[in-house]
Amino acid sequence: MVRTDVQLMLDVKAGDGTSFELLLQRYRTPLVNFLFRMVRNREQAEDLAQEVFLRVYRAREDYVPSAKFTTWLFRIATNLALNSVRDNRYQKLEVSIDAPVTVDAEDGDERPLDVPEKHPNIEQHLVEDARRKMIRHAIDKLPEKQRAAVLLHKYEELDYAEIAKILNCSESALKSLLFRAYEALRVELAPLVAQQAKH
Amino acid sequence: MSCERMESRILGYVDGRLKASERLEVEKHIANCAPCRLRVQEFSAVSGLLDELPVIEPSSEFDTRVHALVAAEPEPKMSWWAWLHVSPRVALVASLLLVMAVYVGYRSSPVQPLITNDDQAMMQDLPVLEDHDLLQNFEPLKELPPPVQADQANEEQPQQQM
Repeated sequence: MVRTDVQLMLDVKAGDGTSFELLLQRYRTPLVNFLFRMVRNREQAEDLAQEVFLRVYRAREDYVPSAKFTTWLFRIATNLALNSVRDNRYQKLEVSIDAPVTVDAEDGDERPLDVPEKHPNIEQHLVEDARRKMIRHAIDKLPEKQRAAVLLHKYEELDYAEIAKILNCSESALKSLLFRAYEALRVELAPLVAQQAKH
Repeated sequence: MSCERMESRILGYVDGRLKASERLEVEKHIANCAPCRLRVQEFSAVSGLLDELPVIEPSSEFDTRVHALVAAEPEPKMSWWAWLHVSPRVALVASLLLVMAVYVGYRSSPVQPLITNDDQAMMQDLPVLEDHDLLQNFEPLKELPPPVQADQANEEQPQQQM
């Protein structure tokens, strides 16, 4: 039987190291992706994700399952990401939105390594590359809080109540925030939206 | 439903997160409202575009770094209050041992009388001590000087000071 996040965390609290390992395996990829899309730098995203896990470990003694584990986890991650973006500490390392996209994983490109096999047509590959760049650019342009709301809603599939708690706002304020974010994305991605809507 | 109300429902509708009743309300509205119908299509397109971003995998060193960070963490310090947080089992065993020790101690020690021999002798003498006639005729008391009256004592005081 699969143990829930809360059960695992309570086991970590009781001193079980393997439960922490299971939580790490369960949330390493979602956290790194969320933070990468927030800060746009892979190295920094990994540093922040490691910091999230360290904070979870440090807080094990005082852990009380008063909320969903994911709410707590992504609240830590969101606060770290927002502080990091605002502090602008990693400004030098941020990838310029105008910089050419390369296949080097260290520059933060999300392209899977098997792209050439999937897309033997180089022209199609370039078109898709340009689309991804445009989408990333549109997400980057969102104000930080709207960006966090979209990422938590779209990619982490958290419910409105959870996201509202993470962003410290009401559910109605969150819905308004998400609506404005999607409006901005709709405008920014208008050419792609028109294509997509036709299909 | 109004177009303003659609703002709070449209994303839930696009992502299929609405309750059945809410979904029906939205469908009823967009059937008669072209701008909202278009907005639903566009938001669906945005949602589809966001799906195009691939997922990245953490680097191979990620887990190793987390393990190193966790291993470097000091053991949690035990506060004074923590000493009181004994496990329930230990507390139960300690309580049982205490109860047994008290019980064995009580059963093994001889029962002490409440009144000692000295106390009994004194209680026998009490009626004699309370007998006023006996005290009045007690020979050693007669040899004592007569008691000094209070006003005599006051008259003698200034002379002593001079």
